Amino acid sequence: MAEKDVIIGLEVHVQLNKLNSKLFCGCSTGYHDAPPNTHTCPVCLGLPGTLPVVNRRAVEYAIRVALALSCEIQGETLFYRKNYYYPDLPKAFQITQYDFPLGLGGAILIRGEDGEEKKIRITRVHMEEDPGRLVHAGTIDRAKYSMVDYNRCGMALLEVVTEPDLRSPKEARSFLDKLRNILEYLDVFDGNLEGAMRIDSNISLAGGERAEVKNISSHKGVEKALAYEITRQRSARRRGVAQVQETRHYDELRGITVTIRTKEEAHDYRYFPEPDLVPMRIADWVPKVKAELPELPDSKRGRFVADYGIADDHAKSLTSEIRVANFYEDVAKRSSPRLAAVWIADVLKGELNYRDATIDSFSPDHMVEILSMLERGEITEKGAVEVIRTLLDTGGDPAGVVEAKGLAKAEDDAVKVAVRAAVEECAQAVADYRSGNEKAINFIVGMVMKKTRGRADPGEANRLVKEALDET
Amino acid sequence: MIVMLRMLMEELATGASAEEMASALFEKIKKSRLNAYNILSEDSALERAREFDRSPWTGLMAGVPIAIKNSISTRGIETNCSSRILSGYIPPYDATVIERLKEEGAIIVGKTNMDEFAMGTSTETSRFGPTRNPWDTDRVPGGSSGGSAAAVAAGEAPCALGSDTGGSIRCPASFCGIVGLKPTYGLVSRYGLVSYANSLEQIGPLTLSVEDAALVMEVIAGHDSRDSTSVKSDVAYLSGLDDGVEGLVCGVPKEYFGEGVDPSVEKAVWDAISKLEELGASVKEVSLPSTKYALAAYYIIAMSEASSNLARFDGLRYGLRFGADQDWHTTFSDIRAAGFGPEVKRRILLGTYALSAGYYGRYYLKALKVRTLIKQDFERALAAGGADVLVTPTMPFPAFKIGERIEDPLSLYMADVFTVPINLAGVPAISVPCGFADGLPIGLQIIGRHFDEKTVFAAAKAYEDATSYHGAVPREVV
Repeated sequence: MAEKDVIIGLEVHVQLNKLNSKLFCGCSTGYHDAPPNTHTCPVCLGLPGTLPVVNRRAVEYAIRVALALSCEIQGETLFYRKNYYYPDLPKAFQITQYDFPLGLGGAILIRGEDGEEKKIRITRVHMEEDPGRLVHAGTIDRAKYSMVDYNRCGMALLEVVTEPDLRSPKEARSFLDKLRNILEYLDVFDGNLEGAMRIDSNISLAGGERAEVKNISSHKGVEKALAYEITRQRSARRRGVAQVQETRHYDELRGITVTIRTKEEAHDYRYFPEPDLVPMRIADWVPKVKAELPELPDSKRGRFVADYGIADDHAKSLTSEIRVANFYEDVAKRSSPRLAAVWIADVLKGELNYRDATIDSFSPDHMVEILSMLERGEITEKGAVEVIRTLLDTGGDPAGVVEAKGLAKAEDDAVKVAVRAAVEECAQAVADYRSGNEKAINFIVGMVMKKTRGRADPGEANRLVKEALDET
Repeated sequence: MIVMLRMLMEELATGASAEEMASALFEKIKKSRLNAYNILSEDSALERAREFDRSPWTGLMAGVPIAIKNSISTRGIETNCSSRILSGYIPPYDATVIERLKEEGAIIVGKTNMDEFAMGTSTETSRFGPTRNPWDTDRVPGGSSGGSAAAVAAGEAPCALGSDTGGSIRCPASFCGIVGLKPTYGLVSRYGLVSYANSLEQIGPLTLSVEDAALVMEVIAGHDSRDSTSVKSDVAYLSGLDDGVEGLVCGVPKEYFGEGVDPSVEKAVWDAISKLEELGASVKEVSLPSTKYALAAYYIIAMSEASSNLARFDGLRYGLRFGADQDWHTTFSDIRAAGFGPEVKRRILLGTYALSAGYYGRYYLKALKVRTLIKQDFERALAAGGADVLVTPTMPFPAFKIGERIEDPLSLYMADVFTVPINLAGVPAISVPCGFADGLPIGLQIIGRHFDEKTVFAAAKAYEDATSYHGAVPREVV
């Protein structure tokens, strides 16, 4: 629930993991299934004497994102060194854009707690390199030792910083879902890869200092951590304990946050311009990147409504994930676009969600086949749902499932036989109907359905029963 | 007997054995008292020499032995910047300059002694102890590339690479009576040079003659995609070497003479200027008014960058490691406390201070502004219609005694007064021998326009051809 005194701002670290190489060296980004420290080179290990060289493609991707978030792209950008000691940082500084972020002043639209569209302002978008990954032997506060994996070190990261415009954990989650959606539309990001997105959340209650909950990698985790923080900060306030500015760690297993350091222990990062890199005039790159910018969720949604004549709610649901949108367009071109919208948005997505599966686990060809069987009246709606479920659970193809499960709609003759039998057997209901109780017909239709073991179309059965009653 | 590169290559081409040549060199190095080398790569050098003898290859430096400053990464050969903290560190890759030397057939002799992490003017801050000046073994060879300079001067290597952040090639070249070039910033790839102050330093040659320096530059200079600050440039230096100085305008910056300059140095440099005039150059006085701020700006920038560059040495991945590990902070603090010498610690602390919140604007940013002024000084003096080159002393005095100044860092910093402005401006400068004071060599500094090494070489060569200082042989040659 939105509470007026809750103030949340996010810093989202997005790995540009669709790049082929890291931000400052030629190392491959495909380390996700690789053993530790196998995707490294002298540059990303920061060996003495090595120098960074900017991956131009990474900068193009970053501009793409900044444009999609309606940021103003800066004319010139520069990298800085952020100096601090940590074992996952082999140069003891992180190369990051600091005073010269790539993009300033953007926004994302989300659906707010009140159901209305809400604008979340983006303060800045800047690039930086990812540090390595520490693997603790045990929990962070109790580990006897830690190991470092530098495979991740030097991956291109984009930091997206919001204004404190979010008012609830749920809004924070909506923002993150929408951001992920946009990033996947831009083809710069695969949210399914480990560590693809890491979020620092700043949260405070009006009039209090803020806590920063660092480094959560799931949207659900952010929502939970923020909910915990609201409760914690509220109860502290009730007990008269003032919140101090601090950094906290979210313990996913225990579902709680623990303090790491307070403001007094804050670092002085001694930022200064990275002397091994030269300023980039990115203003000149913008027209090219703009020309290559793909259609974004909000405009796709509008186009679906206009081109396919579908409801806006359906369009919104279909465009909330690029893969679903592509699936829909594929199917819509080969069947009734409106029918496809209903079946994909209302049925298929629900079934996928229930199974925690993605759209990739369903074939658009199968969807086209199911819709055409429906349109031809070969299966009932109930049958179609059953086909979808079966395909998801056990595989196969639609025709085969219909055959195997006997889902083909009963032949008209069989229905007619059932109708005649039902009318004969349900004398009382027939009498009731004839004496003006129209609802009595439902009993007879129910009997027809029973006799056809549900394969009759209920509407069709209703019509036939009515016909039979009016005839005699 | 001291041999120039061209003669050496002629001998090799006409059947002299590279192996015998290399063996003789190692023999000489091992007998030497100079302490010019930290590490010898004898086995691999002799192996290469034998290969060369079996089937000689071609290349600009085919079969030529070369000494490498201990801050330039060599694959498979320890590179420790004469620091304890990097002891045992063997790079898995070659610096770009090393790759290029190997491509042109050169043979690496070993790694030369230097001030720890290139922080010094005397090679006394090395963890391996000072290198001795072959002209007077009680004196320093200059620094920080003192090992490279002493080796070349004493015939323990026919040529060497050094690096120059604030004078570290030119100072020891001057003190040891040889030729040393600090190239234009961006001309030689820094990839593989262990950084001291990235925005200031360049790798360059230390040789016995201007021609040798030009030859080595043809090999090592040129754009490298691994160094974002490197620039495409024409590097055919050998072709214009004999262009002479006829019609050349030599600027003499008035701020580089007078107070603090040893009279014998001043006289030798004025004699050199007269010699250039005799050879057809014209001379005019110029002014570089921001010179007095150069030292302060230089040390702030260099130390700031160094404090960040040297932060990576924590013993975790390579280099010094001892005892049982404790927690992360204790472990890396202990390693750094034991691994760095006092001068390095001093510069890291000062640099850290200068970059700290609240001081950054007062020190680092201000130093950058001064740097711009100094660069403008040079651009003005060397503008079209002005001087083509500037001529100054390299060092204000000849080599001093070992131990004489090491306890007084400020007086050591002051010695760099004529070399650091060149690094701040990014222009090229060469030091060539121009005389002696009580048997100690004196260096003449010739400064050129950005990427105009060609004119610098031509002027230096004309002067060298007309004098005999570069042929002099020091006493301490085994």
